[in-house]
Amino acid sequence: MKMKGADILINCLAEQGVDTIFGYPGGTVLDIYDALYRNGKIKHVLTAHEQGAAHAADGYARVTGKVGVCFATSGPGATNLVTGIATAYMDSVPLVAITGNVGINFLGRDSFQEIDICGITIPITKHNFIVKDVKDLADTVRKAFYIANSGRKGPVLVDILKNVQVAECEYTPQKPVVYSPPAVPADSLAGIAKVINECKKPLIIAGGGVIAANASPLMMQLARKLDCPVAYTLMGKGSIPEDDKLCLGMIGMHGTLAAAKSLINCDTVIALGSRFSDRVALNRDKFAENKTVIHIDVDNAEIDKNVTSTLHVMADVCEALKTLMPLTEDKKRTDWQVKVAAFKKENAAKKNSSIRSYAIIECASRLAPENATLVTDVGQHQMWAAQIYKVNTPRKFCSSGGLGTMGYGMGAAIGAAKGSGAPSVLITGDGCFGMNMNELMTAVAQKTPLVILLMDNRVLGMVRQWQKIFYSRRFSQTNLGDRKIDYVKYAECVGAKGVYLGENDDIEEKLSYAFKTAVEENVPVLVDCIISPDENVLPMIKPGETYDKQIERMEDN
Amino acid sequence: MSEIKKYTIGALVSNKSGVLTRISGLFTRRGYNIDSLCVCATEDPDVSRMTIILNGDEYLLYQMIKQMDKLEDVIKVGCANELDCVYRDLLLVKVKASPEKRSQIIEINEIYKAKTVDLSPDTMILEITGDPEKLDAFLKVIEPYGILEMQRTGVTVLARGAHTLKDRDCYGDHILKSHT
Repeated sequence: MKMKGADILINCLAEQGVDTIFGYPGGTVLDIYDALYRNGKIKHVLTAHEQGAAHAADGYARVTGKVGVCFATSGPGATNLVTGIATAYMDSVPLVAITGNVGINFLGRDSFQEIDICGITIPITKHNFIVKDVKDLADTVRKAFYIANSGRKGPVLVDILKNVQVAECEYTPQKPVVYSPPAVPADSLAGIAKVINECKKPLIIAGGGVIAANASPLMMQLARKLDCPVAYTLMGKGSIPEDDKLCLGMIGMHGTLAAAKSLINCDTVIALGSRFSDRVALNRDKFAENKTVIHIDVDNAEIDKNVTSTLHVMADVCEALKTLMPLTEDKKRTDWQVKVAAFKKENAAKKNSSIRSYAIIECASRLAPENATLVTDVGQHQMWAAQIYKVNTPRKFCSSGGLGTMGYGMGAAIGAAKGSGAPSVLITGDGCFGMNMNELMTAVAQKTPLVILLMDNRVLGMVRQWQKIFYSRRFSQTNLGDRKIDYVKYAECVGAKGVYLGENDDIEEKLSYAFKTAVEENVPVLVDCIISPDENVLPMIKPGETYDKQIERMEDN
Repeated sequence: MSEIKKYTIGALVSNKSGVLTRISGLFTRRGYNIDSLCVCATEDPDVSRMTIILNGDEYLLYQMIKQMDKLEDVIKVGCANELDCVYRDLLLVKVKASPEKRSQIIEINEIYKAKTVDLSPDTMILEITGDPEKLDAFLKVIEPYGILEMQRTGVTVLARGAHTLKDRDCYGDHILKSHT
């Protein structure tokens, strides 16, 4: 069938099972938007800014496991996607970003809204394409989806010239090529199984790869079989139910005391789909020093990049665990479990429950609908949420881990709600919210059931905390107190609901109202949660320090 | 950290625009220090071949190969076994050569099997091929006469015997064998 390039694109997206696109139209994607209009089957979410579209596609991809798709026009439209693409790249989120570009006759002449978006996004995409000939379009789009969703997942950008969108070409529908992970090296896994069977004090570190590979059930099965505690990284949150006997909580800079002590005392670290980032292996040379380190990761380049492993396998975590499982022995490791239980008890005893943000997040965790997705922005509130909020199932947690993108949350919360068909809970701060608060308009337009907990401390809390620790309390540019915004009024003026939660107000009552309203009326509800500017994220391990140097309280606040 | 030395990496890459940018950009952002990069056509018009000399330790070598291997446009990449390869570099050098110095320079040429490819009243252009060490040695001897300008192609490498980069396993080399 002969059709225009723009129609071929929309047909190719339909081939891939795309049901929702996040984007923003403009001069060089007019034909694509026209084709979308005429197609009428694929939903489009019009955001307030292209960055919001990229984050929304990211949130959609994280909750569904499918490839997220966003559209933007050339020039500023394309550059506005950049932070969103980089966020997805750092967290291995499958994304296909489609941008328009000027026609071939205008290319390379600094034409209006022309930018070399392929050049710009080389370091932050798995791969990118510029399509100059309509004959290449269909296969390029198919390839983009395949690359985004295979191996270590990640974003792919396809830049389509204006002339390609209007040129006609023969189109033959094709079924998407299903990715099958490479064969698992059975020999290496047999060696790993031997070491695991002989070890006395194993510790599983569950990274984002466990969730990306849908390997959580297998990981749990392995943990039970080995009687092995599990600490998750920020990206691995949701891979193990939080109240599970084997769950130690998060590991890392602001991880739990139980995870830190278990790491110090274990004899074997089994890292699954984790890249030992500097927020986990704070001192990469001393991390798990003198311990057996087993590393299973789908990306060969991650193996021995930050932490040198004793044994490793390059494999999809799910496939590797399938092979590993029958080779491991059912074993009760009672002595180790007694120790771990003691760490968990100590952890519970030392937990500082007096701070208000914990109380708010704990309450939200209790009141939120079972199927809600937790989305965070970046900073103190993100760490509090990671520490306190209970995420018991995979793909119910979206947070910018690798890039640490302030302003990620609003877009991601909309995308997550669209993808899951369930409400989102966004925990954000006044700094982050200020970055992309325009997307609240989008959430209203989309009737997104969304509760926003705005941890309002009138400061850039995490930066301020570092200024306290490392810069002798010189609070350079971290005070937001001069802003005169009224968040409740802001929410209401864009058509959302606003709730004020003062320091002495009843949390339970206000949050119950927020959740009830958001779910029943399909409306975003912003809760302005007033907290002290001096609540800190603890425990903390300073960059470059080892796990025995966990700071439990800050003397001088 | 293991010993810093020079490693030769061979790569087959797609012959498309932008591939060199992707690869050189990777080196820049990951901080790989390269001494030489040689790109050329191959027997297959869709494929180009790159020969890269990396100055670094084994850690960098592994990382560079693995990171290159992740690029869509890299078809095959591996480290050459220096004992089992033919290395060649080509040098063109323009030297000051007054008539009375010419015969001395020609004598040096003979010893090093270099050729005179251009002659003007005051200069000569010399051409020499060989492994990089031989070229370095030649340059040292020629230098006192006064080098006006010079150019080297960078190192090109082929494995001896029937082996080709194409049919080798990505990490099939002796250096990487222990690693995978």
